[in-house]
Amino acid sequence: MPGRIQSLERGAAVLSLLGGASPDLSLAEVADALGLPRPTTHGLLATLVHVGFVQQDGRSRRYRLGAGLTSLQQHGVDRHDLRSTATSWCDSLAARTRAEVLVCVRTGDAAEVVHHVFRPDGSEQRLRVGELLPLHATGVGRALLAASTTGHRALTGPLTAYTARTPTASTRLAGLLDRARAAGFAAAPGEHVPEVGDVGAALRGVGGLPVGAVACAGHVDTLFGPDGVARPEVAQAVTATAAAISRALVTPR
Amino acid sequence: MTGTPGRSVVAAIDQGTTSTRCLLFDHDGQMVSLTQREHRQHYPRPGWVEHDAEEIWRVVERIVPEAVRQAGLEPAQVAGLGIANQRETTVVWDPATGRVLAPAITWQDTRADELVAGLVADGHAEEFRRRSGLTPAGYFAGPRLRWLLDHVPGLRERAGQGRALFGTMESWLIWQLTGGPEGGRHVTDVTNASRTMMMDLRTHTWDPVLLDLLEVPPAVLPEIVPTTGPFGACRTVLPGVAIGGAIGDQQAALVGQTCFAPGEAKCTYGTGAFVLLNTGERIVDSHHGLIPTVAYHLRDQQPVYALEGSIAVTGSLVQWFRDALEMIPTAPQIETLARTVEDNGGCYIVPAFSGLYAPRWRADARGIVVGLTSYVRRGHLARAVLEATGWQTWEVVRAMDADSGIPLAALKVDGGMTANHLLMQFVADVLDVPVERPLVSETVSLGAAYAAGLGIGFWADLEGLRRNWHRAARWTPTIDPEHRAREAANWSDAVNRALGWSPR
Repeated sequence: MPGRIQSLERGAAVLSLLGGASPDLSLAEVADALGLPRPTTHGLLATLVHVGFVQQDGRSRRYRLGAGLTSLQQHGVDRHDLRSTATSWCDSLAARTRAEVLVCVRTGDAAEVVHHVFRPDGSEQRLRVGELLPLHATGVGRALLAASTTGHRALTGPLTAYTARTPTASTRLAGLLDRARAAGFAAAPGEHVPEVGDVGAALRGVGGLPVGAVACAGHVDTLFGPDGVARPEVAQAVTATAAAISRALVTPR
Repeated sequence: MTGTPGRSVVAAIDQGTTSTRCLLFDHDGQMVSLTQREHRQHYPRPGWVEHDAEEIWRVVERIVPEAVRQAGLEPAQVAGLGIANQRETTVVWDPATGRVLAPAITWQDTRADELVAGLVADGHAEEFRRRSGLTPAGYFAGPRLRWLLDHVPGLRERAGQGRALFGTMESWLIWQLTGGPEGGRHVTDVTNASRTMMMDLRTHTWDPVLLDLLEVPPAVLPEIVPTTGPFGACRTVLPGVAIGGAIGDQQAALVGQTCFAPGEAKCTYGTGAFVLLNTGERIVDSHHGLIPTVAYHLRDQQPVYALEGSIAVTGSLVQWFRDALEMIPTAPQIETLARTVEDNGGCYIVPAFSGLYAPRWRADARGIVVGLTSYVRRGHLARAVLEATGWQTWEVVRAMDADSGIPLAALKVDGGMTANHLLMQFVADVLDVPVERPLVSETVSLGAAYAAGLGIGFWADLEGLRRNWHRAARWTPTIDPEHRAREAANWSDAVNRALGWSPR
């Protein structure tokens, strides 16, 4: 059995001490309570401040638990906060591109629709909120995959073929994700449903972590050129919208 | 495309309770620019809420040119200007100097309540109802003007000599925009005038009998004009640009939602909620606590009326749930919490924090939570919070059906709470009609722009505007009718338990 790491244990002891302390503690108080030399204690505290788990008061120089600890418990962004923040940006995206707009979050091996704006053409449409889309065969799904640290390796199931254009080989999917990372958006024409496609870009929260993706979806002729490449004005509008929503997500309200 | 070549946008000023915004819209009704600035709220005494109308005017002077610059346009490219405003807020000013003679008394202010109670005690309620269509309340602008005439030293004397002018917020802004002390036009739009308790709802003129009862000298009053004016042209801010329209904010939302046919209705969900139902050329006298009001009046056409129902507490109940009970970290997360359970668990919340508004108008009601058992969890309370907004909307819409005889076919919604899908589905379920959200959520500003654009010919007619309305989302009823009936009965029982609470 590998040995335990002393500095991690000491760091945890600092956190336990600060968690039970009221009011905040000084460097001397922490050092005395843990029976450690001050330089060692200072190093521990400085490291914990650096990662956001401990906060030091600017004036009193005393220490308390930091906001980074509470955000550990949140898994990404709440989907309803995300919808509320994204709504007005998605409305303008739909108005500009005349396409329907989707916002998705990752749910297991699927992209789950959490917000949907109808295509503004007066036709009968149904809200798609709650629908699960395949990560490998949609632009919105691949935008999520490309932004995640694990990429396509995190996919557990086989890559189902929905149409002749669906990428089913792992190497091909990896190549598409590389392209999406380089371009800042992912385009999937007719890969899930024939003649239907989408162009998606990742939404990033605090620390640049992916929290979801936004996409324009519709008939391939409206979003893609004859060569199957996303129309530049659509790709530009989607990435600009993703950037605007991401900015709004990290701006405290 | 109609409109003068080169003049590509219409500007809208939305003068609201907490801030003033300026939005520019193109011919398709798409927003191309937005500027916004808040103004201060003054609370000099409990129940008093005042604004500094001069501060608001300075905000307008700043944000309107800013919006035009932001869009990369010159003032000459603005085809016209429209104004939507917080209603019933009362301003008095000196025509010689353009300075206000008192702080503006806002629509939230309760100081005129006592005065109105006196008018009712003297048996004048029916006279006001018959002539203005309004059941006397301190909420309307006329009683506030009377309060000012009674309490501001020298104001009554000035008013009699034409040395004081009264107006609601649009009136004040138009007077300033058209020259102020140098020939400013002293006018009010008819939708605003219909909320003063001083206007004859049929003739759209100041009613001498009501003016007598309120002891208001006619010399202080603006000229009542249609929603599309004429208001004249700006001499400052956007010199030379025509003011094409002015309209109260809730009526503006009705226009922005293109509810132009009798039976079409919208609900704006903010801290409170306002439902307006288009009743066409007919004034519907309400027997169920609703307010008949002018919806809009396009110059040279028949005026169009509406029934209005206001709900005091909707979004503010979610804020209370967040801030006072600390049940949720953000308002949108009420949906997250509510979705942790299947139903309300038998729990109902009646948010009668300051009595109940339409259709009950019961000042003796107070908020209650009923149906608590050890089964009830936070998620059930979150459901009950959202359902309270749904059921209050249901009560108002049911009263509208009964008064107008026009059953609602669909409800168009706007405002921040429309991002809450659980709530929107619930509203569709209890009303048993589809609920629709438009692509342009800025319905108040859009309505002001539409009024102005119609006034100057930027848009030819109402049908053209309908083509600008696009559905962004639609919720259709899915609830079992028996379940709905049972829940409706439970809600009504809950409301009855909230009535008549008078703590000693």
